[in-house]
Amino acid sequence: MTEPLLSIRGVTAYYGAIAALKGVDVDVGEGEIVTLIGANGAGKSTLMMTIFGAPQARDGAIVYDGQDITRTPTHKIAQLKIAQSPEGRRIFPRMSVVENLKMGAAVTGYAHYDADLQRMFEIFPRLKERANQRGGTLSGGEQQMLAIARALMSRPRLLMLDEPSLGLAPLIAKQIFAVIAELNRTEGLTVFLVEQNAYHALKLAHRGYVMVNGRITLSGAGRELLEREEVRAAYLEGGR
Amino acid sequence: MPDAHAGAAAPSVFAVAFKDAALAALVALGLAAPMLGLVTVQTQSGIELEQHWGRVAIAVAIVFAGRLLLNLTLWRPGRKKSLGYVPPKVEARLARFAKYLAPLAILGAVVMPMLPFTERYAIDLGILVLTYVMLGWGLNIVVGLAGLLDLGYVAFYAVGAYSYALLAQYFGLSFWVCLPLAGILAAFWGVILGFPVLRLRGDYLAIVTLAFGEIIRIVLLNWYWFTGGPNGISGIPRPSFFGLDFDRGDDGFAATFGLDYSPLHRIVFLYYLILALALITNFVTIRLRRLPIGRAWEALREDEIACRSLGINTVNTKLTAFALGAMFAGFAGSFFATRQGFISPESFVFMESALILAIVVLGGMGSQFGVAVAAVVMIGGFELFREFSDYRMITFGLVMVLIMIWRPRGLVSTRSPSVFLKEKKAISGSLVQEGHG
Ligand SMILES: Nc1ncnc2c1ncn2[C@@H]1O[C@H](COP(=O)(O)OP(=O)(O)OP(=O)(O)O)[C@@H](O)[C@H]1O
Ligand SMILES: [Mg+2]
Repeated sequence: MTEPLLSIRGVTAYYGAIAALKGVDVDVGEGEIVTLIGANGAGKSTLMMTIFGAPQARDGAIVYDGQDITRTPTHKIAQLKIAQSPEGRRIFPRMSVVENLKMGAAVTGYAHYDADLQRMFEIFPRLKERANQRGGTLSGGEQQMLAIARALMSRPRLLMLDEPSLGLAPLIAKQIFAVIAELNRTEGLTVFLVEQNAYHALKLAHRGYVMVNGRITLSGAGRELLEREEVRAAYLEGGR
Repeated sequence: MPDAHAGAAAPSVFAVAFKDAALAALVALGLAAPMLGLVTVQTQSGIELEQHWGRVAIAVAIVFAGRLLLNLTLWRPGRKKSLGYVPPKVEARLARFAKYLAPLAILGAVVMPMLPFTERYAIDLGILVLTYVMLGWGLNIVVGLAGLLDLGYVAFYAVGAYSYALLAQYFGLSFWVCLPLAGILAAFWGVILGFPVLRLRGDYLAIVTLAFGEIIRIVLLNWYWFTGGPNGISGIPRPSFFGLDFDRGDDGFAATFGLDYSPLHRIVFLYYLILALALITNFVTIRLRRLPIGRAWEALREDEIACRSLGINTVNTKLTAFALGAMFAGFAGSFFATRQGFISPESFVFMESALILAIVVLGGMGSQFGVAVAAVVMIGGFELFREFSDYRMITFGLVMVLIMIWRPRGLVSTRSPSVFLKEKKAISGSLVQEGHG
């Protein structure tokens, strides 16, 4: 494999004195879908936020596209065409759906705003119906769609999604995964996916990682992980 | 509640009401006893305590009787609550009129001084109200749009006023030269305040900005040789009309235009000046809201972390909000100085910051029209109660409480989006036009 798009080496992160990440190694290659699964509190969201520089890694290095971004401020990282749909969605509740999407395009200087807006409405027709509604009054699933669409508005090379299927009806969750796979196939979008819905997420992924207590304990091809006994026992009981 | 209980509960309505009223009376007693019952008076031998238990009894009786009455009438259980509730019909009708209300209000403000029955007092009051409308709109950028709670806004008003006064005093610069300078200086101080508070939010930000306001005032008070300290600065030059002074001279405003001299000319001119300044503030704010920076302010108010991960430089975003808000306060400040002709630190006390903030909050944070209405209500109301100056603060508090009960999110709480999804037709229409061009 050539140099991965994102490479995380020996990263530790702390909340005060508590270590949330205890030396994490993860690679995400260009054009890959990489899934990270793990129990509640394992540190998955922390890893995603650490890539974005909040909190910053204490040790280790995060290299993106050949550039060390370990100490880069968050907004500069976003300008490198990395986008995320964070845990808790973090949409702007008093702003309308269109305004939220427009905020997503801010980093590109609105270069492709109109075309991208139409594209988001094609991918998520629900958002079009709700275009002028306040973000905070959307249903949970609609908010999730908005968070993903807002991230896509920046035309990212690397899209990071923290539990995109959270709170979605199974059918809608499936649609979201289908959208991710489609974007990956047709546009070569690189995706780093954190999920509790291990079955779908691993089936979709080229490769997967399992995190336990701030450390990566298992890694391998997505379908391979799905076959592993320890993964099935811990993350797939009734998961399908 | 099942119906069977209704009969048994009926006699207890009075008992409940009575009990509640008694409780309220007890609270009133606790409050009134020290506040009304005990008065310290200065005598030759020192300070003595006077006792007025009669007053306390009256206050407690009023609270008890009033509460009982309310409990048995308006607040009777089962009665539909009407307080804090505007019928949707009225709300919808208001919303429809709101579109025309703002232009009508501006039109009214423009013609007001020309009406035959308008007295000088009304114009003076108009100037005062418009000053606060402008300050409210300026602070609205910081508090309403960017969501940064600023309790020291009056500091920038002071910077603007003193900038003009001092530049005029030491360098003899005219109002029109100083106006932009005052704005720039205030904006500069806005950035100076902005830096240390970048990482603060909410309550903490409020405390630091409050302290900043006090620091500026105390510096002005103690920098005796430069600012005149508590004596302030007097003889601040009045504004001219494109170089024409408002005086009796042959090259004055009245003589040049062949009018009889009247002191009213200057007042009317000042009125239009502040009206123009306020409208500029409004216009700039409305425009900025539609630009990336305005959207970034609003997004910052909603979620700072999300903002950063969307590539927004929150440092610059906050600093521009502080700087712009401060700049408009600076303009207003130099207007204040030229209107009064005299300024002293006494005009820039914390109460002013609180008043401006109250205007923004009562108006409905972020709503331009609401802020203007709130300024008219508050300042106009203040003037109405000028005769009873003892009761001004009580009325002030009462009005705030009432508005917050009636409209907890401010007078105009609906926020209109800055971008709308245009209908398909509109889009194709514009495409056609583009084709022609
Ligand atoms: N802001 C914070 N301050 C202190 N501790 C935190 C903070 N955020 C997370 N933690 C702790 O760090 C650990 C990892 O949290 P993290 O949110 O990364 O877990 P996660 O793997 O995303 O879990 P989940 O699947 O429930 O979302 C947890 O023990 C959590 O309590
Ligand atoms: Mg998480």
